[in-house]
Amino acid sequence: MINNKSEVILGRLLLVIALVITLVPLASMLSAALQPADQNPTGFVWPSDPQWINFVTAFEVGNVFRLMQSSALIVLGVVPISIIIATMAGYALGGLRMKGGRFILIFFVLGLTIPFEALIIPLYYQAQSMGTLNTQLAIVFPLIGLFMPFSVFWMRAHFVNVPPELSEAARVDGATTWQEFVRIQLPLAVPATSALAILLFLWTWNQFLLPVVLVADPLNRTVAGALTFFQGQYSLSIPLLNAGALLIITPAIIVFLIFQRQFVRALLQGAVKG
Amino acid sequence: MSTRAPLITRRVAVSAAARRATIAAWLLLTPALIAYISFVIWPLILGVQYSFYDWNGIGPSTWVGFENYLTVVTDPTLLASIANAFILVAFFTVIPVGVGLMLASLIRTMKAGPFTTISQTILFLPQIIPLAAAGIAWSWMYAQTGAINQFLSAIGLGGITRSWLAGYDTALPAVGLIGSWVLTGLCTVLLLTGISKIDGSLYEAIRLDGAGWWREFFTITLPGLRQEIAVLITLTVIAALSSFDIIYTSTQGGPGRATLVPGISIFRIGFTQSDVGLASAFGIVLMVLVLAVVLPIQRLSRTSDR
Repeated sequence: MINNKSEVILGRLLLVIALVITLVPLASMLSAALQPADQNPTGFVWPSDPQWINFVTAFEVGNVFRLMQSSALIVLGVVPISIIIATMAGYALGGLRMKGGRFILIFFVLGLTIPFEALIIPLYYQAQSMGTLNTQLAIVFPLIGLFMPFSVFWMRAHFVNVPPELSEAARVDGATTWQEFVRIQLPLAVPATSALAILLFLWTWNQFLLPVVLVADPLNRTVAGALTFFQGQYSLSIPLLNAGALLIITPAIIVFLIFQRQFVRALLQGAVKG
Repeated sequence: MSTRAPLITRRVAVSAAARRATIAAWLLLTPALIAYISFVIWPLILGVQYSFYDWNGIGPSTWVGFENYLTVVTDPTLLASIANAFILVAFFTVIPVGVGLMLASLIRTMKAGPFTTISQTILFLPQIIPLAAAGIAWSWMYAQTGAINQFLSAIGLGGITRSWLAGYDTALPAVGLIGSWVLTGLCTVLLLTGISKIDGSLYEAIRLDGAGWWREFFTITLPGLRQEIAVLITLTVIAALSSFDIIYTSTQGGPGRATLVPGISIFRIGFTQSDVGLASAFGIVLMVLVLAVVLPIQRLSRTSDR
């Protein structure tokens, strides 16, 4: 392999710079979070007397526990249902190769480009007439619908690549379409569905616009949506605001670090397919 | 006769099976279609309907025809927010894809190892945290006593320190750079993955040919990464045009309308000023704008594939 030495060094150097730039804002948050809560922080320094207590205060003042519960509830409402119905639809479009499937696929794919902002006004009045406004359901229902284009597209891409011989073999054995789907196709789809689960978890947990608009009480929102509430709650204390924000992003980062390999793969594939 | 009978029954059986499969397919599709139509298509239709009315969300509504759309394309504040969104494309798309391409073409091959894994993890962190949190983190970075000014003072540029998000001229680029921060890692990793799939012998051949870095970049790297680039441009342009979270938590569109974007405008018009018709019309315009920008990119990547 011919690769200029200077290029390699320059590349590595730039990469290290990019890594540092990526980390500095997070480190600066930590630095602010550890400074005395009743003062304006003084720049990006490691405080001589780190105030770890700020995290405890932020946890209590920000009702972080209740927020996490609310977020978990929303994730549990969105992710399993989305995955089940998207897997079914993906199999119909990708595995069964139905008539008119192409048009239905295009119908779903068109939804990929609709910005949430374009729908947020009608979604508000829809939630109002359904009586779900200000409850977690106001976030759960629309998110399932809004995630459908991507989820169906994703699952179809999996089923399209399953060799047709498999289902032929199942049919020869006298299996019904449903039996074949449940016993043969579903087990094979586990990697695709778990990658989708990771992405949907992340997008739900970090969802901001819907909670801010559809749920007035921040305690019934996703944690990301509650960040505005933190800004109000801690408007006088930058250290507490940063401590609260760090508490909120930690669970997603922990999940990320545990499932790192799957995450990176899912995000990369998600980008390419989406 | 004896050979025909089984053929016919088989054909009947096949078409019966095909019909059964079609029915099964429709049954399997139904829940997803219901969710999608109820919470995407139906709101979209409602939005179109609202956009032709003057309605404050509570009282009676009056039909106004295309008046709301006329307002969207003539009101200076709304036009400014559209212009800002397009300026953000420079920060959300050009910088991340540019930096990603530069890094990918310089590094090209990274051996699997701890350094690669750690780099990947770090570069992905901005993708994991909520955009709203990125807005908060950077508000503090840009503050008068924040890290940016501290850094500038340290390298002898103390004279230009300021509160970056509060200045009319600096707020939009400052917010844009938050977007660059969020998206550069994703672009870099995706492009690095893409470039590692390009046949290495192509590079050896062109080097033996005496080509420099630029020629190599334009004849091998760029064409080889066409698909990845198209995907990243699509993703990041959508992110720029429909940005909301970062701006909501960092500047709320201010100072003045310096960082106003369509998302924030729709939110304000619809829920603060209670002009549901105008906000809906702006939503539809935003959707059409995104489609108008994104569809040609798809066509480009597809035709060049063939």
